[in-house]
Amino acid sequence: MHKIETKEINLHYGNFHALKGINLVAKENTVTALIGPSGCGKSTYLRLFNRMNDLIDNVEISGQVLVDGEDIYGRKVQVDDLRKKVGMVFQKPNPFPKSIYENVAYGLRVNGINDKKFIEERVVSSLEQAALWEEVKDKLNKSAFELSGGQQQRLCIARALAVQPSVLLMDEPASALDPLSTSKIEELIHTLKKDYTIIIVTHNMQQAGRVSDYTAFFYMGTLVEFNETKIIFTNPKNIQTQNYITGRFG
Amino acid sequence: MKISINQRKRYTQNIAFWIFRLLSFMVVAILFIILCFLIYNGIKVISWDFLTQMPEDGMTKGGIYPAIIGTLCLIAGSMVFAFPVGVLSAIYMNEYASDGWIKKLLNQMTSNLAGIPSIVFGLFGMALFVNKFGFGDSILAGSLTLGLMVLPVIIRTTEEALKAVNDTFRHASLALGSSKWQTTRRVVLPMAFPNIITGVILSIGRVSGETAPILFTVAAYFLPRLPHGIFDQVMALPYHLYVIITSGTNIEESRPIAYGTALVLITIVLIMNLIANAFRRYFGKKVKMN
Amino acid sequence: MRISALVTSITIIMIVFFLFREGVGIFKSPSVEKGYVIAVNKSNAVETLNSTQLKNIYDQEITNWKTLGGKSQEITVFRVEDITNYYSEEELGANMEYLPAKISEVLAKTPGMIAFFPSTYLVKNFKGKVLPLKNISVANFLGGTEWFPTAQPSAQFGAWPLILGTLYVSLIAILLALPLGLATAVYLAEIADKRTRNFLKPVIELLAGIPSVVYGFFGLVVIVPILKNTFHLDSGQSGLAGGILLAIMALPTIITVSEDALHNTPNAMREASLAMGASKWQTICRIVVPYSSSGITAAAILGIGRAMGETMAVLMVTGNAAVVPHSIFEPLRTIPATIAAELGEAPQGGLHYQALFTLGCILFIMTVSANLMAGYISKKKRLA
Ligand SMILES: Nc1ncnc2c1ncn2[C@@H]1O[C@H](COP(=O)(O)OP(=O)(O)OP(=O)(O)O)[C@@H](O)[C@H]1O
Ligand SMILES: [Mg+2]
Repeated sequence: MHKIETKEINLHYGNFHALKGINLVAKENTVTALIGPSGCGKSTYLRLFNRMNDLIDNVEISGQVLVDGEDIYGRKVQVDDLRKKVGMVFQKPNPFPKSIYENVAYGLRVNGINDKKFIEERVVSSLEQAALWEEVKDKLNKSAFELSGGQQQRLCIARALAVQPSVLLMDEPASALDPLSTSKIEELIHTLKKDYTIIIVTHNMQQAGRVSDYTAFFYMGTLVEFNETKIIFTNPKNIQTQNYITGRFG
Repeated sequence: MKISINQRKRYTQNIAFWIFRLLSFMVVAILFIILCFLIYNGIKVISWDFLTQMPEDGMTKGGIYPAIIGTLCLIAGSMVFAFPVGVLSAIYMNEYASDGWIKKLLNQMTSNLAGIPSIVFGLFGMALFVNKFGFGDSILAGSLTLGLMVLPVIIRTTEEALKAVNDTFRHASLALGSSKWQTTRRVVLPMAFPNIITGVILSIGRVSGETAPILFTVAAYFLPRLPHGIFDQVMALPYHLYVIITSGTNIEESRPIAYGTALVLITIVLIMNLIANAFRRYFGKKVKMN
Repeated sequence: MRISALVTSITIIMIVFFLFREGVGIFKSPSVEKGYVIAVNKSNAVETLNSTQLKNIYDQEITNWKTLGGKSQEITVFRVEDITNYYSEEELGANMEYLPAKISEVLAKTPGMIAFFPSTYLVKNFKGKVLPLKNISVANFLGGTEWFPTAQPSAQFGAWPLILGTLYVSLIAILLALPLGLATAVYLAEIADKRTRNFLKPVIELLAGIPSVVYGFFGLVVIVPILKNTFHLDSGQSGLAGGILLAIMALPTIITVSEDALHNTPNAMREASLAMGASKWQTICRIVVPYSSSGITAAAILGIGRAMGETMAVLMVTGNAAVVPHSIFEPLRTIPATIAAELGEAPQGGLHYQALFTLGCILFIMTVSANLMAGYISKKKRLA
């Protein structure tokens, strides 16, 4: 059984056919990179896995999305549970207007956990996992807005980790950051791979090459090529993939 | 049975949403109750005669013709003043003034003016136009007072309208060698015009309904004839309504007249608002008030 | 064009100028109308009196000069019409031509007398002592608890009940309108689907268009009788009636402004919260409302500002008793209502006229500070 699998996914925004018959699998504890030119449907595809597309009016989805073998669009599935299992990190750091501590504790609190000690332990371990603990341990009660952009993004990662998901979705998590912060995030992805299955959208080819095990190339709503990153980057089968990777368009 | 956290979340959410839905519909219901009450009681009174006859018998019978005419005079008078001044002011602020402290100051002043209570405008109008300039209680004094009051409405809507005009049109015109003023007059203003009119319509609604500013500047308690000129006093719908429900010669007997007057008044105001809304929707870009 | 642009500024400056010029005048004059004097016997040690003292004397609440720092002596109150108690009609002459002389005489004869009469009756060799009167003080005006501008000999300009009445009604209004308005705003911004929202928003904006006299009329014929019957009051005209009416009138402002604030919460915040498994309701409570709290506060303050300045509706339903209100069921009177009700009867340039302008100044200051505060609060957050 694969950790994640999509079967014949079609998605329409009203009349616009945004995803056209996508089939893809991701193994546990791997990093899959989604690449492709702007507007090709990467974010749309990513948001399938935690059903964030449900929030948009006029979206129609057909096909199956399986996480741990279970169809997450099935009738028995509760979205709240799914979103605990599938965490998400957004393109721009978007901490809540709360303290650093409360940001990380948020996911636990909204899921009905009140045990103070438990929350505290979880906050500390999440911040440690996100490699942020050393930098913020003395100012946990300060507003999250006082952190730098890179720190904020790692806080958002910690926030997602706190509810102990098994899948982590990242939509261009480093595109709004400086090179130093970017490399920190990349290192982090590397270490998180041990415990999580990660899907990451990126525009940065080198980044995809550095952090991912598998790469999927999207073009105009179709999955053009999917393979091990090594192969995609050294020996792509499709001419479009090749052109994109070598920077001839996109 | 133990309910799961997810169920609990869902129940709380459902209950909360229903409460909010209920409260919101209560707010809307209040409006409908007020409207229906006034329409139900007013419609019986409205007739052609009611609209075109002079009041009679200490305002317990007859019509409200002079009040309607008076209100129309005030609308016309205030717009003659406020429209050019407001539009020019907005043009200056939007097209000419640079983004310095002057613009900030003007903006601040405009919003301050919008926040001044209407009774203060009444006081001011009385002190300046009625007494200082010696206009006396007159259409002129009342129109100027009302005009000042709605100035911010016109300025704001015009500004929004001008902002909605894409800069490319300005640049295109300027590139053809037109002067700034020519560009504004021939390109920008025509495009912004529909939205500017929205502001005017909204102001007309406001002007027809206000009582406090006209109490001491123009409104006549009882004057069963039409005005002769701009230095004449007039009756006006809102003041007439106020008079016949609080200090008429026979309050009980003038009740029907009051309902009729109220209905005429809200009809004017609501029609103005509806037209303004339709204009906004029709011409796309939403113009924000407040 | 530049002049047009300045019109708003000029208007404000002129409003301030006229309001304050007329309004400050009252602090430069005593509370006795021009053309009248207060006189006492020459032997009286009291040098000056203020408006409250004068009033208490004429209301017979002060009956001895000792209270006012003079000798222990009964006060005899004298008004012009009292002259007939002292002299026969013949003595005053057929056309009252000896009246001034007689006033002077009676004052000289009666050590404890205080007299109030027109200054035209002051004879050349007046045998009494004309008292210089204290000017009305700011503290007296703001803190005085009696508003009785037509009282003789000394008008009472205590604005305290009016200020309190204004605040009181606005407070009731906001307490009623804020929960309702906020709930509606949340519903419109976060819960309702597009169609409901597109229908409800214009309807609520219409609510703002209805003129205040019409609201007042509705209040008078519907709300007031209901209150009267429900709470068994003598008259339903009360602070509560005004508060309810103002609440209805303030709703559109509160709803539109706070809905805007809620709407301005970045979508990223909402998505982040939902992506953590929070329900929509939890997201609203824990993220969206706190994030827009400053905008909501601004909405509330703006609402209060509007309510404070509202005139006609309040005038019609609050019963207009110029007393410090003790309960919401009692009639009260607000500043704008006072101005609207009394300006027509106040002779131009007189004390009463000036006092109403002073009230206008107070109202102006109250509303402008509310507006500035609302602007400041909503701007502050935008930077964060
Ligand atoms: N809410 C929406 N309603 C309608 N169309 C949408 C919506 N969101 C996205 N689209 C369209 O779907 C297509 C795919 O969008 P998506 O955001 O998935 O692209 P992307 O690959 O993530 O692009 P980028 O690299 O710029 O983030 C685009 O053409 C976009 O215009
Ligand atoms: Mg994207």
